[in-house]
Amino acid sequence: MIEVENLTKRYPGRTAVDGISFQIGRGEVVGFLGPNGAGKSTTLRILSSFLPATSGTARVAGFDVFREPDEVRRRIGYMPENNPLHLDMRVREYLKFRARLKGLGWRRSRERVDAVLQQCGLTDVAGRIIGQLSKGYRQRVGLSDALVHEPDLIILDEPTIGLDPHQIRSVRALVKELGKQHTVVLSTHILNEVEMTCSRVLILHRGRILAADRTEDLGRRMSLDGQVVAEVEASEAALLEAFRDLPEVEHVEVQPLDGNFRRVALVPRGGVDLRPLVYAEVRENGWPLRELTRSRQSLEDIFIHLTRGKVKED
Amino acid sequence: MSVFFALVRRELGGHFNSLTGYVVIAAVLLLTGFGLVDLIERIRQMPYDAPVTELFYQTTYFWLVVLLTSPVITMRTYAAEKATGTYEALMTTPVGDWQVVLAKFAGALVFFLLTWVPFIGVLFSLRQITGEAALFEPVIVAVTFLGIALVGALFMAVGCFASALTRSDIIAAMVAFLFGIGLWMLGFRPEASGMLPAWAIPALEHMSMTRHMEDFARGMLVGRYVIYYVTVTGLFLFLTHRIVQSRRWK
Repeated sequence: MIEVENLTKRYPGRTAVDGISFQIGRGEVVGFLGPNGAGKSTTLRILSSFLPATSGTARVAGFDVFREPDEVRRRIGYMPENNPLHLDMRVREYLKFRARLKGLGWRRSRERVDAVLQQCGLTDVAGRIIGQLSKGYRQRVGLSDALVHEPDLIILDEPTIGLDPHQIRSVRALVKELGKQHTVVLSTHILNEVEMTCSRVLILHRGRILAADRTEDLGRRMSLDGQVVAEVEASEAALLEAFRDLPEVEHVEVQPLDGNFRRVALVPRGGVDLRPLVYAEVRENGWPLRELTRSRQSLEDIFIHLTRGKVKED
Repeated sequence: MSVFFALVRRELGGHFNSLTGYVVIAAVLLLTGFGLVDLIERIRQMPYDAPVTELFYQTTYFWLVVLLTSPVITMRTYAAEKATGTYEALMTTPVGDWQVVLAKFAGALVFFLLTWVPFIGVLFSLRQITGEAALFEPVIVAVTFLGIALVGALFMAVGCFASALTRSDIIAAMVAFLFGIGLWMLGFRPEASGMLPAWAIPALEHMSMTRHMEDFARGMLVGRYVIYYVTVTGLFLFLTHRIVQSRRWK
């Protein structure tokens, strides 16, 4: 769906995007992750053919974004950063206007507007003036606009920025829903968002791609996850003896807690899930158990891990 | 074509969804009304052998209205859209650059003409009151309004150009005003300045908008005036198109 090769965008005195290459297949939901100023918005603006690249090529659905911008624009639904809307228009009026701009006929645009109003839960506010709507609703208007001409590719620049937690949840649910039928590319600086909505993630930092992987593989690749923590009422010696010699366990650590409880931290060998093993051991010895969890490496940790080295370098 | 009309409708909607459009129309009515009343008072004291309407287009009132309202009408066309980001949303739809340029210009021009529609009513009632048939001669009114449309087209094109240059509507309005008043003053008694070479004086006199408007108001449709307005309007639309395109220059 998207093929990008050596894409570079230089502004006077600053390189926003520095020779990045990547590919995105049909049906994928891909997150661009990075701090502010990493080059996410610039990349998306080039993909949506709003800005020309300084060098390199970008193709969407086989069309060059610079040479065949109209073909590209017909196939994308783009929601720019901060979701700009005509605040003086009514929701239905605005969506109809946008549908006409995107080349839909009179009848078709009416059908599609009704469909997206339904899909995005806007039917109740279709007659209201956009400027009087809450930010959450405005965001849905922006999403409806991106969808209205049934594009192959949906590009969303920071779709949840500035929303309250409840609104964020509903927008994420919508994006996830979209991912079932469309290819979706979104940018965010919230790691959690990528974990929850995207199948693949591209981490950008200072105009370069630091990492690109499936969301769950990225954690595994860092080989930091899988640590199991249990809180058990038993003596330190007994605990150490029970777990130390198991072949699946790489490392054991025991810390005292309140009362007779102890915290056992176990690092597995080769990514095995140790929880059933720990439970079996605890049951065999008849120890009281009050917690058993497997800590997952969050993207937050991965991100800090990846960028730390880079920041020091600079 | 339907995309073009959707864009023009949006431009007009922008004026009428907010108060600004109504304020501009009210201001035009008020200023033209003042102008006419003042003119009639002066004629009563010192009779002049020409219809009031013809004289009106020679007064500064008419030019004051045109020079002041044009920048206000056009300042938001590009600048406001760039400032709010809707320009990016617009330019990532499959509409052509020329479509955008012409639609914004057409929207501004239609609105400009709408502000002058009530003036037809003023002229008509003036005839009813005075009983002077010469005040509302259909041919003269038609040519006069064609003149207003031509002058308006030029000022709208200049205003769109100024708005495309910037993200700030205040700057757009100021630049449009300066360009507008500059073009208007080009043909403003060039012989009075002793510094111009001899050949420049007739050239500048040809560009005198006040003189063009005097002739239009007499019902004279002069071909070379029409060509002047069409050419300058076209030039500024072309420049606006270049600015819109420049975003895609590497």
